[in-house]
Amino acid sequence: MSDSDILVEVRDLKVHFPIKRGVLFDRTVGHVKAVDGVDLSIARGKTYGLVGESGCGKSTLGRALLQLTPPTTGEVSFDGVELTTLPPGKLRAMRKRMQMIFQDPMSSLDPRQNVESILTEGLQTHGIGGNRDERRKIIAETLDKVGLPRWALSRYPHEFSGGQRQRIGIARALVLGPELIVADEPVSALDVSIQAQVINLLDELQDSLGLTYLVIAHDLAVVRHISDTVGVMYLGGLVEEAPSDRLYREPLHPYTRALMSAVPVPDPDVEDHRERILLAGDLPSPANPPSGCRFHTRCPWAQPTRCADERPALREVGGSRVACHWAEQIASGELRPHKVSAEIVRPEGEGEEPGVVSAPSEPGSFV
Amino acid sequence: MALLEVDDLSVTFARRGQRAVHAVDGVSFSVDAGEVVGLVGESGCGKSVTSLAIMGLLPRQPGLRVGGKAVFDGTDLLQLDDRSRRGIRGRDIAMVFQDPLSSLNPVVPIGLQVTEVLTRHRGMKGDAAAKEAARLLDRVGIPDPKRRLKEYPHQLSGGMRQRALIAMAVACQPRLLIADEPTTALDVTIQAQILELLKDLVRDSGTALVMITHDLGVVAGMCDSINVLYGGRVVETARRRPLFREPRHPYTVGLLGSVPRLDVGRGEPLNPIPGSVRDLLPWPDGCAFAPRCTRRVDACVGEPPQLVLAHDGRSYRCVNPAPVPAPREEEKR
Repeated sequence: MSDSDILVEVRDLKVHFPIKRGVLFDRTVGHVKAVDGVDLSIARGKTYGLVGESGCGKSTLGRALLQLTPPTTGEVSFDGVELTTLPPGKLRAMRKRMQMIFQDPMSSLDPRQNVESILTEGLQTHGIGGNRDERRKIIAETLDKVGLPRWALSRYPHEFSGGQRQRIGIARALVLGPELIVADEPVSALDVSIQAQVINLLDELQDSLGLTYLVIAHDLAVVRHISDTVGVMYLGGLVEEAPSDRLYREPLHPYTRALMSAVPVPDPDVEDHRERILLAGDLPSPANPPSGCRFHTRCPWAQPTRCADERPALREVGGSRVACHWAEQIASGELRPHKVSAEIVRPEGEGEEPGVVSAPSEPGSFV
Repeated sequence: MALLEVDDLSVTFARRGQRAVHAVDGVSFSVDAGEVVGLVGESGCGKSVTSLAIMGLLPRQPGLRVGGKAVFDGTDLLQLDDRSRRGIRGRDIAMVFQDPLSSLNPVVPIGLQVTEVLTRHRGMKGDAAAKEAARLLDRVGIPDPKRRLKEYPHQLSGGMRQRALIAMAVACQPRLLIADEPTTALDVTIQAQILELLKDLVRDSGTALVMITHDLGVVAGMCDSINVLYGGRVVETARRRPLFREPRHPYTVGLLGSVPRLDVGRGEPLNPIPGSVRDLLPWPDGCAFAPRCTRRVDACVGEPPQLVLAHDGRSYRCVNPAPVPAPREEEKR
């Protein structure tokens, strides 16, 4: 892959949120390491899927990539332009090239704006379309692309069903003609039958417009379905990255294997005969992550050496990138899984409330 | 005889000046002792209201009408007075809800909430109750249960809260457990833990389980028999394998076609159901699914489709069902 094929490049990105305590003076007593050193690159016209459980930092990574949350350290280059050091005015001009689709269309659309006003706002901000008629034309075209009728223009978000609202959210992002779309849980708030419509729509739009996607989701089946490359995150870091098919065929990292085995498949024959790796306990707190490999406290393959004291770096193993000291030995079957007992994990550190933690993804359907 | 026999259950919410909402419109299904039965459907299909009606937990408000029968072990639950219903609820029938944080009392320690059930239904007191509560928490896989008893719900993680809730539900060894989306609010690895726990409990104690969910994957791995609901009615009932192998109702076919599967690769387009759940035809005017159905024929509109009984306990409500064997993506390739 040559450099010109890469649209987004992220290098050693870190986002740490301070944990403050105190009445008069805000003392910083620690940091929630939401994203802790991530490297990835997204090829132009392709889809990069980011998957992980709530609290793993996937949403924060998406927001930091768009500079919606300022990264603590690290570099994000978009089409050769370094975003982290860009002055605000120039950054704003860049924003029309990178847009975001949110999880819950009901809370990301202003209930008091009608669809036309929602779609016009971005155009006006970025000075696209000289006059009202031109803007109307762009908006009408966008509505056609996302499959909404023209009469939608004068309606308000609450008048639409969940799937249609998500289409408005997609139209809002598309109307500026972006190259990159970051979709944060684009279908998890939708009903099963509607999810498929939106997934197909995203696929069609990519084909016709040549869009690049970063899709963030907790549902591995959804991510695998729409992504060319999948990155698996655990506690602020990438643990594995591989082409979608390869990840499914040969997951290398123990966490990926556990995640894969936990996703229910709607087929009784598959369900009855698959290997199950049940993880013990919960995700440790990102304010106080385990030493060494972050997964070693729950890993069925954890070894007495290296795992607890040496943080594994992402390294190439047969076409995948994986952060595990023992990936080869696990793949060859040399190391066998053992039983792990659950440790108690506090929901938020020890009673303290971190300032901001990445938006928790609540899987489920509510329309 | 079935342990629970729900017959023509209907729940209507009426409001002055507005059209009555038929949330549940003639649902019938049965649960045998020790069986795992799934109620599957999307939002608004009436699956949760069905369970609340069976448990007698619907908010008492003017305009609420509950009809039909729900016979549990010979008694019609819908005819019971509050007192005797309270005697059954928690002891013979228990329920696990979707969101463990809102179904636990935030200002009462976990231990007290678990022992409450033991005191009420098993007459246990003091140390004996505390001991039993610790045993129950241990049974559902909560580490260090003695310490957990003194803690409050917010101090536990989501998965642990759901475990505590399950511990309360199974405290009296109920004969029927109703789980309403028990894993929807949880992450997949935690979901796998909870489903495994429920399977264990059912296997060990012979408790019958009604599993209410929107996730066909969850159903495929757990349920013996499955009821698919749409618009407040059961549109298809079948044993687990036949349902997934050869779905007959177009809605079931559509649901299976819309789910992205982990074992199907990139680039396979999904076959979504057109329209949304709002495009609903009232049942008396025909099949509720007709406006979205790809197999619609003229006979679908006019009168509600009759329940067709097929072999091995399968039934469906459709005049133009999908042919057998239903064409499925994997087999075409």
